[in-house]
Amino acid sequence: MYKLSMRVTWVKNYNFDLCVYLSELQYFKSNNIRMKFQVNEKGYYGDFGGAWIPEMMYTNIEELKRRYLEIIESVEFKNEFEQLLKDYVGRPSPLYFAARLSEHYGSKIFLKREDLNHTGSHKLNNTIGQILLAQKLGKTRIIAETGAGQHGVATATVCALKGIKCVVYMGALDVSRQAPNVKKMKMLGADVVPVHSGNKTLKDATNEAMRDWINNPEDTHYIIGSVVGPHPYPDMVARFQSVISAEMKKQLRAQTGNELPTRILACVGGGSNAAGAFYHFLDDEKVELIGVEAAGKGVDTGETAATLTVGTPGVLHASKTMLMQNSDGQITEPYSISAGLDYPGIGPLHAHLHKTGRAKYLAATDEEVLKSVLLLTQKEGIIPALESAHALAALDKIKMNPDDVNVINLSGSGNKDMETYLNYFGY
Amino acid sequence: MNNRINQLFETKKEPILSVYFTAGFPELNDTFAIIKELENSGVDLIEIGIPFSDPTADGPTIQKSSEIALKNGMSLNLLFEQLKTIRETIKIPLILMGYFNPVYQFGVEKFCKKCAEIGIDGAILPDLPLDEFKAEYKAVFDANNLHNILLITPQTPEARIREIDAASEGFIYMVSSSSTTGAGKKVEDFQQDYFERIKQMNLRNNCIIGFGISDRATFSNACKYAAGAIIGSAFVKALTNDGSLKETIAAFIQSIKTEE
Ligand SMILES: Cc1ncc(COP(=O)(O)O)c(C=O)c1O
Repeated sequence: MYKLSMRVTWVKNYNFDLCVYLSELQYFKSNNIRMKFQVNEKGYYGDFGGAWIPEMMYTNIEELKRRYLEIIESVEFKNEFEQLLKDYVGRPSPLYFAARLSEHYGSKIFLKREDLNHTGSHKLNNTIGQILLAQKLGKTRIIAETGAGQHGVATATVCALKGIKCVVYMGALDVSRQAPNVKKMKMLGADVVPVHSGNKTLKDATNEAMRDWINNPEDTHYIIGSVVGPHPYPDMVARFQSVISAEMKKQLRAQTGNELPTRILACVGGGSNAAGAFYHFLDDEKVELIGVEAAGKGVDTGETAATLTVGTPGVLHASKTMLMQNSDGQITEPYSISAGLDYPGIGPLHAHLHKTGRAKYLAATDEEVLKSVLLLTQKEGIIPALESAHALAALDKIKMNPDDVNVINLSGSGNKDMETYLNYFGY
Repeated sequence: MNNRINQLFETKKEPILSVYFTAGFPELNDTFAIIKELENSGVDLIEIGIPFSDPTADGPTIQKSSEIALKNGMSLNLLFEQLKTIRETIKIPLILMGYFNPVYQFGVEKFCKKCAEIGIDGAILPDLPLDEFKAEYKAVFDANNLHNILLITPQTPEARIREIDAASEGFIYMVSSSSTTGAGKKVEDFQQDYFERIKQMNLRNNCIIGFGISDRATFSNACKYAAGAIIGSAFVKALTNDGSLKETIAAFIQSIKTEE
């Protein structure tokens, strides 16, 4: 009797495993990637993600969900995307061995130069992908949210490129602290709408963009700027940004003889540049992945944007993820010197990588970041964006061996931050 | 089990007038007075808004009222405290409306139990999607006789409307057009064909039309196609008029109920 039931269980499990195995195999074949840290069909990374949308957004999200993979995996799309990345964005971005910085830290440091992309950051990788997708979906109007203005500029840029109407929502506070980017967007032909609700920053701009989409459900595509928002955005944006790690692998093999580095460091706001830099290494668990959030004035000061350090699970912007909130479930206002990291949530992929321990997340304060800005500037002649300098600041917080290969994703250029730098350093 | 929402639909033959207000606005402790005066004025159903910091489905009026309510110190805990003895006086159905996160932090099961304890009849949580509701929460809502009111819009495909109808208890909240709350609409702006199409579907649930219903004309037009209509932003805006809360509310509801 006992034996029999054992056998039955075994057969059952075997069948079950076989099904899982077969469906995984199917997935593996069609996407050519492994499963472990991929989104599931309901849009979840472990406990995080989903599409917590009001019914008013259902048709748009459903359309995206149904069609994004078929479109972005098509040969036609891939050809167009790769051509534009090469000729328009200027990819591949160099992987630069930073000799003097390496000497300073006593370990090998490479910089993935996303700052050299057209428009000065990694943001264009995503907007190029999404504008092509929007065209395939027959959309004639684009909306976007922006914090630092980098995503706004990247969106206005691709809209100019394709001759599509563009509206960018931007917190009124950010409009005043990122004036050059506002002017750039306007010159590119976009309407920049200042948002006066809440703290007047990125979160509020995102709310307003979502409201616009609810009010314009038919002709409009919403180009979200990071791996946040409802499924399929986190997965879609991560796929567009994954070109960063795909190139890194090739470049590392050519330059070091090994496509796997010891560790990768990237700053994390919503988490798109980090997702792109981690993507093709997620299943190589020997590679240490480090995300760096903005500690602001310090993670214990209440003036911080270090979501994974101080946050708890919740639902914001249609995603279940880690959030900065009070015990009543009201979202609290983040703070960081860098407008691009000033967000109270984080992409669900990172919440999952954090929870499973696959990636480690540190936080760097404004002051530590500014020190790193100056260090890179004077050691290598590269002025980094405030956001990217958070990843650099983490080099002071980790143990590195002389033979380690450390890759920093230098997500953007410091051009947009010159006023902050000049004021702070007093040149 | 008996639920006041079902009783209302079973007994009331004229159009149902439902009114939304944000708890904690204009003043923190206005909740009871507003509910009382709405009932006195002949309103059939009340939606009590739980303010949220990021009301993405709401237009400027409800955004502003939520911001002020939160500044005043409103929270879900406090709201339940204010409503603790509400059933000693108020007879009409009461619904809590808000975003999912405050409810999630409070605890969904605890929320449902608390509603049952107080005598709340339904909840409207626009960003709790149908599939998440069915998979995770329907059982606990049902166990507490709390109706989760689901939304449909002009874009909702027919098969999905059927699915929503099957999962709904109480009524279906029919969003008048594709918009956030409060967009100032005129009767001509309503998509009559959409209203007509839904009416023809003969759903098992009654529909109540909301979003953009602001005055007598929009209310009575909506009621041609549905069991009733919901007034939100226009009422919230009226609450800031000069004069006592009591008079303001009475005058506003009067203006909706009186033929021109
Ligand atoms: C240069 C740069 N890096 C990083 C970020 C943060 O975004 P994410 O975490 O999505 O990469 C921004 C956002 O504006 C940015 O401009």
